[in-house]
Amino acid sequence: MTTPSRTPRQVIWRGLWILWLSVKEEPRIFAISAVGSALFGGMTIAQAYVFGHITGDVIEPAIKRGDATTSSLLGAALLVMGVATLKVFGILGRRLGAGIMQYRLQATYRKRVTRRYLELPLEWHQQHPTGELLSNANSDVEATWYPIAPFPFAVGVVFMLIGTLTLLFFTDPVLAIVGSVIFPAIAVLTVVYSSKMSPLMTRAQQLRGEVSTIAHESFDGALVVKTLGREQLETDRFTAKSRELRDTLVQVGRVRGLFDPIMEALPVVGVLLVLVVGTSRVGSGHLDSATLVRVAYLFTLLAFPVRAIGWVLNELPRSVVGYDRVLRVLEAEGSQVFGTATADASGPVALDTRDVSFAYGEDQVLHSVSFDVAPGRTVAVVGPTGSGKSTLASLLVRLVDPLSGVVEYDGTDVSAFAPGQLATVAALAPQTTFLFDDTVRGNVTLGADISDEQVWAALRVAQAEGFVAALPKSLDTVVGERGTTLSGGQRQRLALARAVARNPRLLVLDDATSSVDPSVEQRILAGLRGSATASTVVVVAYRRATISLADEVVFVDEGRLVDRGSHEELRERCAGYRDLVTAYERAEAERIAEHAGDEKETVR
Amino acid sequence: MTTVDVGAEQRSSFGTLAHGLKVAPEFRKGLRTTLLLALLSTAGRVVVPLAVQQTIDHGLSKTTPDLPLVRLACGLALLAVVVTAVANFFMNVRLYRTTEDGLLALRSRAFRRVHDLSVLHQAAERRGSLVSRVTGDVDTISTFMQFGGLLIVVSVAQVVLASALMMWWSWQLTLAVYVCMLPLALSLRVFQKRLQVAYSTVRTRIGELLGAISESVVGAPVIRAYGAQARTAQRIDDAVTSTREAQTRAQRISATTFCSGELTTALANSAVIGLGVLLATHGQLTVGRLIGFLFLVTLFVQPVQIATEVLNEAQNAIAGMRRVLGVLDTPTDIADPAPGLVLPEGPVSVTFDHVSFAYVPGKDVLHDVDLTLAAQTRVAVVGETGSGKTTFAKLLTRLMDPTQGRVLLSGLPLAQLSFASLRQRVVMVPQDGFLFDTTVAGNVRYGKPGASDDDIELAFTELGLLDWLETLPDGIFSAVGERGESLSVGERQLVAIARAYVADPDLLVLDEATSAVDPATEVRLARALDSLTRGRTTLTIAHRLSTAEAADEVLVVDKGIVVQRGPHASLVGTPGVYADLHASWVAQSR
Repeated sequence: MTTPSRTPRQVIWRGLWILWLSVKEEPRIFAISAVGSALFGGMTIAQAYVFGHITGDVIEPAIKRGDATTSSLLGAALLVMGVATLKVFGILGRRLGAGIMQYRLQATYRKRVTRRYLELPLEWHQQHPTGELLSNANSDVEATWYPIAPFPFAVGVVFMLIGTLTLLFFTDPVLAIVGSVIFPAIAVLTVVYSSKMSPLMTRAQQLRGEVSTIAHESFDGALVVKTLGREQLETDRFTAKSRELRDTLVQVGRVRGLFDPIMEALPVVGVLLVLVVGTSRVGSGHLDSATLVRVAYLFTLLAFPVRAIGWVLNELPRSVVGYDRVLRVLEAEGSQVFGTATADASGPVALDTRDVSFAYGEDQVLHSVSFDVAPGRTVAVVGPTGSGKSTLASLLVRLVDPLSGVVEYDGTDVSAFAPGQLATVAALAPQTTFLFDDTVRGNVTLGADISDEQVWAALRVAQAEGFVAALPKSLDTVVGERGTTLSGGQRQRLALARAVARNPRLLVLDDATSSVDPSVEQRILAGLRGSATASTVVVVAYRRATISLADEVVFVDEGRLVDRGSHEELRERCAGYRDLVTAYERAEAERIAEHAGDEKETVR
Repeated sequence: MTTVDVGAEQRSSFGTLAHGLKVAPEFRKGLRTTLLLALLSTAGRVVVPLAVQQTIDHGLSKTTPDLPLVRLACGLALLAVVVTAVANFFMNVRLYRTTEDGLLALRSRAFRRVHDLSVLHQAAERRGSLVSRVTGDVDTISTFMQFGGLLIVVSVAQVVLASALMMWWSWQLTLAVYVCMLPLALSLRVFQKRLQVAYSTVRTRIGELLGAISESVVGAPVIRAYGAQARTAQRIDDAVTSTREAQTRAQRISATTFCSGELTTALANSAVIGLGVLLATHGQLTVGRLIGFLFLVTLFVQPVQIATEVLNEAQNAIAGMRRVLGVLDTPTDIADPAPGLVLPEGPVSVTFDHVSFAYVPGKDVLHDVDLTLAAQTRVAVVGETGSGKTTFAKLLTRLMDPTQGRVLLSGLPLAQLSFASLRQRVVMVPQDGFLFDTTVAGNVRYGKPGASDDDIELAFTELGLLDWLETLPDGIFSAVGERGESLSVGERQLVAIARAYVADPDLLVLDEATSAVDPATEVRLARALDSLTRGRTTLTIAHRLSTAEAADEVLVVDKGIVVQRGPHASLVGTPGVYADLHASWVAQSR
């Protein structure tokens, strides 16, 4: 995975650009939260003024007089409560606004990323690990918009700082100098802090991911680990990576230990400076004690919010990395191109495959394969392990597009069909079964308009009727990851029913009965033979019974079509085919011969 | 199979913490010093109110300000701040080191324990939750200890210190502040419960969202083949929207709590001003102390405002701790005997001594199997799906222990053999030839850690797989991808067989290990294994009966009972289960 490398300065600019993007995406909510934040900032300053006012105009006169008027006390209390109430409104606007903005952006980008997943061709999916795609849509989107949470706060704080310093200059220039040293110092320190911290945090996050990858892989392969007795080896591998994480976090603790106390001490030092400098200013008659209290209090109130700027800057590197990854999905090239043709013909498809080649990256797996299937005929694709059969099957239903060559249905290039049209014509039952977290019905129909009768009929053909009827809620039983556990053979039969249920005009079976018992498979094949009259069928198979279902055999080896013809013809003239399909018979014959030899020897 | 629900045991929160400290003593190292430093590091926070009070009462009380006194007070305060900062530094360093050491130990031990639990390979659907025990759960504890947990300690210290100072200045005002805080403190529990519900809804929604996203990625081929894009998009959108709604709701509760903290502070401030002025006019309070009080009240705000969030974090962390400890507390059902017996050198014979096995009591999957398989024989186990064939293999390799009876290898009880000896001499190749995300060579070497590239190349040659190896882009150095998914299912099985082959066991168990391999390769492989397995005992489970035809002996399993036994030649002529299976096989394959 490559991400553009950037200097820290470029990262900050890029991060700020992402913030700007967020404002463009959600201008209204941003305005609300920024106004809330400004209100909060204003009221924080007001709070200090109220304190100054109460000190100078309520507390001190009352004590001098030795008597307090109820009205002045009540007024003071009301003033405090009033400012606090306004401040609360500011906080609500800021926090709710920021939250809504962050969650909306997350939602929007999650939808965009996953929409892209659905549009991008299967080849693109095959080039990206599952884990990476999951984190693109989840944690990367999240990371991109992390800085949004403190963002409006930070915007408000910037205004608050400008306001504070301006007011300070009008109050007392000397104290203003203290302020204009301390607050920028806090801000600068926050930036330094984050520049030290963020690489460590990024590293920690990455290591957490790696630790998790090892755990996932190791537990997925538990059977292999256990049967080879490699538990300690795996534990060592896991512990080594966890130790890296531990070391990184200990470093985090060191950096935090260094900066946190300074960050905390700076405003305190500021207040102490204000007291010392302020006292001498009072002495020289430039200041009264009430104003001194006000400025000291203001410093105390500001110490915390000023950090919000740091929080935003802290999150920027993570956000930039997240956005880069998200962008790679959003800007990924290579959507399948669709035409406008509609598939309104009926009856079995005339399938024509001409000069089809295909490669996974550098590795060419199909070389100029051509064959045609007349409507209603059944063709078996036979070939050794790794010869390209599954790739061919996925080309036939346009899961992937060929490097060169065409696949045609009734003379129309499959890429000329409008989106969604092919699914109404062709159905593929793949080698590995995928079940959705949905009911049996949902898994068979996949949202298509198929009646329960049709579903049951398809289940009958796939020999799945019996076990589905025995499920606790029959068609409404939830299967898939969080549902009832089905055996490999049962899952495969459901996937087969899914293909059969839509009465496809072209049915492609990619070794779709490999996990099924021979006797059950026999019944499935009998069922298909009875029902598939209206379909053209292409079946990838090893088993002779499956092959015997076919009118014709296409033999592929190392990605090339070697020969085609009836089973008998190929068996006569094609050595590779003969080797493959008669392997068991020959093995037995050899054994018998050997055995006979043994016996002869003993006789002799 | 174990029915233990890992981590189900419920301890109280404190019980869990205490247990955690016991299990991972690394946590306790220097704990007291660290806590003391944490207390000390809050001292700096009361410095400002104190300095303000001194300045007002003593520095500014006379007509001319007493500058030296203010300087002294502020200088002392500065010193306190520096001491605090130093304490803070050491506290942080120590905190991170101790917690991370403890968590590393916990993580590593839990990981190892998970591998020792048979739940891992018995119930694949539980794997995700087991992964989170050693990742997310530990990370939650880590984050809590370094942020929320620290905040609790520091906040408590801060409130205690502030209260002490307040009490010294005026017990009446202290009481007033506490009375103002009381309603909020009492309602915190309510807020926290609501927030907890809201957060747990968020987590559930995110789980559903991840499920929906994962379907769109893992199910990509099916979605395309069936044009199910619109339906999938709709499901994702629904999950995205309900996640957003749950998040917004949680945010609303959190903001409300935060604001009630703000209002409470204002209330306390009003009370301090009102009551304070009354007290001051009666000479019971100085102006400086009154103002100092207002500064002190701000020290109450943060702890109160963060309390609900931190309590949540604490509950999550304790729940995480409980789950991690749950793994460690689950006894390993298949334990490595100590000290274990060592299987003597040489060929291995197998004896099943009245063995029965049931996942659910009363429902035997295997029933009263009583037989001996001679050393150096090739045995095939056949039967329909669900007949108990695989259970046979699992008992033989001690992935499970029999419910009744015992298994013996070369006359030694399997349960008394040390794992080291057992795993070295007995190797099983399961149907799902799981590969690690490395090269072909890396995966084969997993069977024999010291194997050289030449050894690995040789293994493929001996297995007659050189032709296949040459079709790979980089030979044995070809990457196999995540879970081996760059290879076809059949190809993965070839690598898995090579892996078992280099391990050179004396008893080799093949459980449908070539089910996805083409017949010609399978026959070739069988023949290669055959010539190579002379001298070792092999047990093959297959639904392709070609294996049975080649075996020295066939065991026919039907509904958990060994119904027939003998060489293929004699079984095939006798009417019975085997003859039927074979007839069906011949009909299919010829």
